[in-house]
Amino acid sequence: MSSTVVDAPAGARSAHRRRTLVRGLPLLPAIVLLLAFLAGPIAYCVYYAFTDMQLTGAAETHFVGAANFTKAFEDDRFYHAIWETLVFTVLSAIVGQNILGLVIAVLMRAASAVLRQIVGALVIAAWVVPEIVAGYLMYAFFRDEGTLNEILGFLHLPQQNWLYTLPILAVSLANVWRGTAFSMLVYGAALAEVPQELNEAAAMDGAGALQRFWHVTIPVIRRSIATNLMLITLQTLSVFGLIFAMTKGGPSNKSTTLPIYTYQTALQNYEIGYGTAMALVLLVIGALFSLVYLKALRPEAD
Amino acid sequence: MAQLSTVDSPVSTVATARTRPRKQGRRFAPRLAANLVLVLIGLAFLVPMLWVLTASLSPEQSLRVRWPDHLSGANFAHVATVDTLFRPILNGLILCGGGTLLTVVVSVLAAYPLSRYRSRAKRPFLLTVLFSTGLPITAIMIPVYAMFTQLNLIDQMGWAVLFLGTTALPFAIWLMKNFMDAVPVELEEVAWTDGAGPMQTLRRIVLPLMWPGVIVVTIFTFIQMWGNFFVPFVLLIDPNQLPASVSIFTFFDPAHGGVQYGELAAFSICYCVPVAVLYLVMSRKLSGSFALGGALKG
Repeated sequence: MSSTVVDAPAGARSAHRRRTLVRGLPLLPAIVLLLAFLAGPIAYCVYYAFTDMQLTGAAETHFVGAANFTKAFEDDRFYHAIWETLVFTVLSAIVGQNILGLVIAVLMRAASAVLRQIVGALVIAAWVVPEIVAGYLMYAFFRDEGTLNEILGFLHLPQQNWLYTLPILAVSLANVWRGTAFSMLVYGAALAEVPQELNEAAAMDGAGALQRFWHVTIPVIRRSIATNLMLITLQTLSVFGLIFAMTKGGPSNKSTTLPIYTYQTALQNYEIGYGTAMALVLLVIGALFSLVYLKALRPEAD
Repeated sequence: MAQLSTVDSPVSTVATARTRPRKQGRRFAPRLAANLVLVLIGLAFLVPMLWVLTASLSPEQSLRVRWPDHLSGANFAHVATVDTLFRPILNGLILCGGGTLLTVVVSVLAAYPLSRYRSRAKRPFLLTVLFSTGLPITAIMIPVYAMFTQLNLIDQMGWAVLFLGTTALPFAIWLMKNFMDAVPVELEEVAWTDGAGPMQTLRRIVLPLMWPGVIVVTIFTFIQMWGNFFVPFVLLIDPNQLPASVSIFTFFDPAHGGVQYGELAAFSICYCVPVAVLYLVMSRKLSGSFALGGALKG
C-alpha cells in the first residue's frame, strides 16, 4: 500500500498518512498497555542483566557489562538448568503433548460419539484445573506412596520413588497430562478441515491408512502443526508453578529448569542482575525455537 | 493443497459408492481398536483426579487414594467460610473477570485494523505479538515489582487487573485477528458505501458474526488468569484482597498443625467450580464444539 503513493503529491501523501493513523487508532489501547506493562519491563530486564543489582538492602547498583553472562557460562548449574529445560520441553511439549494430542484427535474421528465426549471432557478438565492444584494432584500421583505406585504394585510391576529417581520424567508426564488438551483442540479442528476427497483419492490409488496419514493428512495440516508447536514450546519453556509445586526443582536440582533457577537466583537469593541475565537467555532459546517453526509457516504466509 | 484439490470429483464419488459396503465391514476392527485406546487414554487422564474426590470426602487427612469408609462433608464445611473460601473466590472473580473484560475489549479493537487493512508493519507486529505469548512471566515480574513499588501501585486491585489483562493480551490479539479474518470483508463494504464507519461495522456486522471466536477468547483468557498464581502473589499483599490461587497456600501454613489434605482437596474442588461453570455455559453456546483450534492455522 505504502509503495503506491511514492509519486503522489505532498497533500495526498499527508492525507494518506492521516488515514493510516486513523485506521490504526483502535490499536492504540493495546499498544499502550503492551508498551507499559510488557516492553517496559523487558527493557528493564535487559538493563538489570548488565548490572550487579541485588535486593539485599544498601548495596549500590553498578554497571558490570557482560559479567553476568560470563558468570552464567562458567556456572555448571546454569548449563544443567538449560539441559533440564530442553529435556522438559522436548519430552513434554514437542513429543508428549504434540503427538498425544494428534493421536487423540485422530482416534476421536473413528470413535463412538459418547466416548468422544467423555474422553474430551476428561482431557479438557485436566487443562482447566489451576496450575497449583494440578501440581498437588500430580504430586499425590507420583510420590512414593502415590497412586501410580499402587497401580504398578497391583499389576506386579516394579515400583520406584518417581519424584526422587526420575523427577524430570515425572514433571514432564505431569505437563503432558495438563497440557495435551490444547494440542487436541487444535488438531481436532485442523483434521475436520482435511477434504475427504483427498483421502478417498489416495485410498483409490492403493495407499494404506498410515501412508494416507503421512502423505495426505500431515501436509494439509502442516501450518496447524507449526503454530501449535510454537505455542506449546513457548508455554512449556516458561512453566513454573507445576514444577515448583511438585518438586521445588529437586532433588539435588534434578528438575531445576531455567525458570526455577531464575526464580531461586533472583527472588530467593536476591541476585536480580544475575537472575535477569538468565531470563534473557531463556528468551533467546524461545526465539530460536520460534525461528525454526516460522520457517515452516513462511511459504504461504501473507 | 491447490493442486491436490483438482482431483476429479465424479471419479472419487463413484469410487466411494463402489467400496462402501466392503469398507464398513473392514472398518469395524479399527473402530473397536480406536475406542479401546481412547478408553485407556481417558483412564490415564481420570486416575490422577481421583485423589481430590476421595480426599475431600474422607474424614482422614491423607494423600492416599482410598474410598472413605463413611463419606463426610466435614472438609467442605470447614472450608466454606468467608475468610477461607468466599472472599478469595470473589477476589479472583474481580481480578480475573476485570482482566478478561479488559483483554477481550482491547483485543477486539486491536484485531480490527490488523485483520482489515494491509500494511508493511503488520507482519512484524503480529510476529512480535505471537512471540510475546511465550514470555516467561517470572522474568518480567522482577522489574514489574520494582515499577509497582516505586509508583506506589502495590496492593491496588485496579492496577493488578491492568497488568494481568496485558499479560493475556498478545495471545488474545492473535486469536481474535484470526477469527476476524474468517468474516468476509465484502459484508462490510456494502455498509461502508452506505456511509457507516469502521467502528459501526465492527459492532453491527463483524462482532455478531464472530461471537464463537469472542467466546473462545473469553474462556481461554479467564482460565489462564484463574490459575495464575505468580502475578497476584507479587502484586497484592493484603490477605483480604488475595484471590484463591494465592490463598490456597495457607493450607500449607505450619500454624494450622500439618497440611490439611482433605480441606485442601475440598478447597481445590470449590476453586475449580467457576471455571467449570464458565466452560459449560459458554461452550453450550458454541453448540458443543470448542472452536479454539479454528483460529490457530497460523
